[in-house]
Amino acid sequence: MNAPDRKAALQGMGDSRLRKEDARFIQGKGNYVDDIKLPGMLHMDIVRSPLAHARIKKINKEKALAIPGVIAVLTADDLKPLKLHWMPTLAGDVAAVLADEKVHFQMQEVAVVIAEDRYIAADGVEAVEVEYEELPVVIDPIKALEKDAPVLREDLAGKTEGAHGKRYHHNHIFTWDAGDKEATDAAFKNAPVTVSEKLLYPRVHPCPLETCGTVASFDPIRGELTTYITSQAPHIVRTVVSMLSGIPESKVRIVSPDIGGGFGNKVGIYPGYVCAIVSSIVLGRPVKWIEDRIENLSSTAFARDYHMTGELAATAEGKILGLRAHVIADHGAFDACADPTKFPAGLFHICSGSYDILAAHCTVEGVYTNKAPGGVAYRCSFRVTEAVYLIERMVDVLAQKLNMDKAEIRKKNFIRKEQFPYTSAFGFEYDSGDYDTALDKVLNAVDYKGLRAEQATKRADPNCPTLMGIGLVTFTEVVGAGPSKICDILGVGMFDSCEIRVHPTGSAIARMGTITQGQGHQTTYAQIIATELGIPSEVIQVEEGDTSTAPYGLGTYGSRSTPVAGAAIAMAARKIHAKAKKLAAHLLEVGENDLEWEIDRFKVKGNAEKFKTMTEIAWAAYNKPPAGMEPGLEAVHYYDPPNFTFPFGAYLCVVDIDKGTGETKIRRFYALDDCGTRINPMIIEGQIHGGLTEGFAVAMGQLLSFDAQGNIQGNSLMDYFLPTSVETPHWETDFTVTPSPHHPIGAKGVAESPHVGSIPTFTSAMVDAFAHLGVTHLEMPHTAFKIWKELKAHGLTH
Amino acid sequence: MSKKIISMNVNGKKVEEAVESRTLLVHFLREKMNLTGAHIGCETSHCGACTVDIDGESVKSCTCFAVQCEGSEVITVEGLAQGGVLHAVQEGFYKEHGLQCGFCTPGMLTRAYRFLHDNPNPTEEEIRVGMSGNLCRCTGYQNIVKAVQYAANKLREDAKNPVAA
Amino acid sequence: MIPPSFDYHCPKTVSEAIELLTKFGDEAKILAGGHSLLPMMKLRFAEPANLIDLNKIPELRGIKEEGGVIKIGAMTTENQVLFSELLLKKVPLLPEAAKLIADPQVRNRGTIGGDIAHGDPANDHPAIAMALDAIFVLQGPKGQRKVKAVDFFHGTYMTALAEDEILVSIEVSPFAPKTGYAYHKLKRKTGDWATAAAAVVMQMSGGKVTHIAIGLTNVAPTALRASAAEELMVGKEITPALLDQVAESVRSICDPAEDLRGDAEYKTAMAGEMTRRSITAAMAHC
Repeated sequence: MNAPDRKAALQGMGDSRLRKEDARFIQGKGNYVDDIKLPGMLHMDIVRSPLAHARIKKINKEKALAIPGVIAVLTADDLKPLKLHWMPTLAGDVAAVLADEKVHFQMQEVAVVIAEDRYIAADGVEAVEVEYEELPVVIDPIKALEKDAPVLREDLAGKTEGAHGKRYHHNHIFTWDAGDKEATDAAFKNAPVTVSEKLLYPRVHPCPLETCGTVASFDPIRGELTTYITSQAPHIVRTVVSMLSGIPESKVRIVSPDIGGGFGNKVGIYPGYVCAIVSSIVLGRPVKWIEDRIENLSSTAFARDYHMTGELAATAEGKILGLRAHVIADHGAFDACADPTKFPAGLFHICSGSYDILAAHCTVEGVYTNKAPGGVAYRCSFRVTEAVYLIERMVDVLAQKLNMDKAEIRKKNFIRKEQFPYTSAFGFEYDSGDYDTALDKVLNAVDYKGLRAEQATKRADPNCPTLMGIGLVTFTEVVGAGPSKICDILGVGMFDSCEIRVHPTGSAIARMGTITQGQGHQTTYAQIIATELGIPSEVIQVEEGDTSTAPYGLGTYGSRSTPVAGAAIAMAARKIHAKAKKLAAHLLEVGENDLEWEIDRFKVKGNAEKFKTMTEIAWAAYNKPPAGMEPGLEAVHYYDPPNFTFPFGAYLCVVDIDKGTGETKIRRFYALDDCGTRINPMIIEGQIHGGLTEGFAVAMGQLLSFDAQGNIQGNSLMDYFLPTSVETPHWETDFTVTPSPHHPIGAKGVAESPHVGSIPTFTSAMVDAFAHLGVTHLEMPHTAFKIWKELKAHGLTH
Repeated sequence: MSKKIISMNVNGKKVEEAVESRTLLVHFLREKMNLTGAHIGCETSHCGACTVDIDGESVKSCTCFAVQCEGSEVITVEGLAQGGVLHAVQEGFYKEHGLQCGFCTPGMLTRAYRFLHDNPNPTEEEIRVGMSGNLCRCTGYQNIVKAVQYAANKLREDAKNPVAA
Repeated sequence: MIPPSFDYHCPKTVSEAIELLTKFGDEAKILAGGHSLLPMMKLRFAEPANLIDLNKIPELRGIKEEGGVIKIGAMTTENQVLFSELLLKKVPLLPEAAKLIADPQVRNRGTIGGDIAHGDPANDHPAIAMALDAIFVLQGPKGQRKVKAVDFFHGTYMTALAEDEILVSIEVSPFAPKTGYAYHKLKRKTGDWATAAAAVVMQMSGGKVTHIAIGLTNVAPTALRASAAEELMVGKEITPALLDQVAESVRSICDPAEDLRGDAEYKTAMAGEMTRRSITAAMAHC
């Protein structure tokens, strides 16, 4: 075979090869947690609070225990002797496992029922009687900080130091800031133009199609705990479970099998998991817990709920001089935010975005309310969704104030290609970028000038039945958490890992510390190894998720798999490559310097007939290593990234709003992404479609709201907006390639960008539709109802 | 809770089991029949991940009691491939990258199977309407549409050139 | 997610079904398509001790024309309505509207009778039946009786059906030639109930309206027939000014429940807007 054919046969990096994992999914042979059946397995279901804030006066288990098939009913009192009624969170707080004397949010876990089957467990839940004494409810995070606001966290009474510094109020969690306050204040003081806007990023929820669940199985004979769990971070779960249970980590096995979507919903450790594990240990039988959809939406990690104020200072010509952001962050009743330890507001300080802003400062204040805990989830890259929303909205607001075109103002402020690596006012070192090329490509592709002309014509026609809007966003993301000196989860540095073992006959197995939930790791990881080692990806087996075999890793979220584990894969492969070169030299009886690598073989320079393929080298590794060389052909690498990576993109959206109903048609959405080196274009495109669709849902319809009594609303699929194939727009995707200079294969990670970037694009378009009427911002979600109200306010509808 | 004996054909095989009246068909399939392809994504009959084929119609198996299927012909995703050969819809989803996490996929496949049976030459709009009872969080549906189009083409081609027995 | 226990009954005839209803009274619920009932049972909002399944009763299925009347069995599914050649020819409003109800799978089980008998103001068929001047055939232990659609709905979940009666069929007249019709339903997504919807059946002659019926979905405790708005139109040409008046009249009778779809002001305005659009669409057929 000639070289191009040999390269194609590898189906390595850059190849849109079909996925290796599909075979089982298309035949209904996936292995999700609820598919797991173990002998003697029991089922657990949860009794939940109907009230948002109340004291528990009495729990009556008798009726439930009297139901044939109900084995046990556990409450906080049963967990107290094990000191497990509360558990530490990822954010340095504690969260109730089962409500201890009071409940803090509606649907909070109060008791668990364990029964022979799930039907009886449900009957048991209905039969548990709980008496409550209602307490005043706090729903508004701003009101929560008022002097006389009800006390939520009685367990923190008197604690004026939290995990992130001083606490100023009984409902205050932390105040965090970044940037230079003095320089920023000075920039604003002296600026010719300033703009300010309140920007709410409402509470939404990732809602993966598979809900959370676990099968916990303690073997009392071996003293070993095996837990199958919907987790995006199985090794962290193992470490935490070991710490909480006292069982040595070597006797704890956590398995994340096939996972039906994560999107950040499956990072934290939920009370259901802890109770199932405790139940299994106490009863000596496997215990399965699978939550319902309403439980999932009401009690697991929500996303956003950031009440932001953005400010920009600028010259009259539109050059940004300073950025200020203030956030009240509603964290719910416990701070269980899944952030790296040192970052209670995640990576929010990426909010200077794609722009060269010299003075910037942001402050985030975390607040407790009577809502479920969480905050970081839903493809957010650790609050980057909020940060990008803020800066992109503010740039639009500034453009409107100065009557400047929204593309023009961006080009005026972009970090220039020559400025990379670029250190932002918040201290991020952006690795690479070429924002001008990306934006120009998009504007040309959609005929931006033509669209603006069309909009002008439509605006001039009072009989036009629609309002046309054009939204534009040029975002920079920060992913790939991250360098262990600043990024850790519960003290474990955020490196990641890969081990690769090549077999004697030339195929290979590889395991990583990440865990796919649909991102296609079994395929893309094999493709990286295929290119590095010249072994066809088809015969490289990739395994993740079993902590007994996979090397320690921090899991998959925040688009970190490619930047961190992908790098570990390349580095491990290169260790093997280096050993293989030595073997090849030995076999070919030349010096290593006489060899060159070509696709799948080492060739002797100037003598194409003399070569050894990786397959031949693998065989030799097991029976003919040179003196002093260990047999075998494998390597492991733990990669501590030197920096984050910074994918970027330019998105443009055209909307037409029906003046009669307020409904919006997404006419066109053009998404250009730059994620550096592209491993599998087909998989990237699929990720982009998915992220854009989630973004569409968030911007146009998703919301978890609460009434004044703290009753959660919209927490079932009857109301929570998941678009079908009919509502979902058609997506146009494009790309540029600006590799990351610090990454072994130049790849940056991509899957969250479409979510992060599309949401402000939709808002930008909706506001743009009303901009000629002086509207500077519209709060999400942009439902027909809300938009109609806006139309009515402007006299545009009946 | 007294149990009833019911019998039905599942993927061409007669089965007979004792169930409670309240046993949902999806639990019957997943737990009694060990056919875990049909999945549960909600409890309000919206998501369609549990879709199976009952007597020639696509039905959400979470919204139907097993006792209602006495004497019925039920086809699940596990019954689509015949003699080790994937059905055209399965091939289409594979070739056009119509799945990512795979959780919605069995429901999509059993629905697409019946949809194409009823509408062998659909437009894109008809596909989107036809599949609107199945939610997906990963793909954004665009490749699912292409997968169904692939399958439609393949089924029409196969019908023109039937393989000799 | 898990329904409570119940005793399951599967009668083979209408008489058997009525016997069971009579026997169990309010301890029984009818199981038609099940796509309203089962979700309620799974959330434990409904815990009937007995379910009477109507799905195996042949007399309740089928669409036929008899004596110049179209008779639709109550257990006819939405998809059967959607794909009925007879309805497409004779009462095309029904197949057109069925497309907007639920989703393809739900339409294989959801029935026109269930949609009507539930008394849920959010369901579509009540308003459509009113606009069609449909007649419902009810059967109880004492035999059959007929109730006009406009007289059937008394309040939310309250209908003319006695506790021991079931709805057996729906009777409508075939459309005269050049009858205009439309059903415009504003909804947040496929499968959602209406934010507001309007069913229109209309005839015109010499450019003027000779017959008009307007049924409104989900903007009051029951479906509504907008009679006052209809009176404004009879004998008139349809002008933009008339449409404004009609919309205003429609709005004046609305009393919608506020929910996540919208407040009273929005839903009321949308009732007007859907009526406007349905009339405009219906004109195209006249």
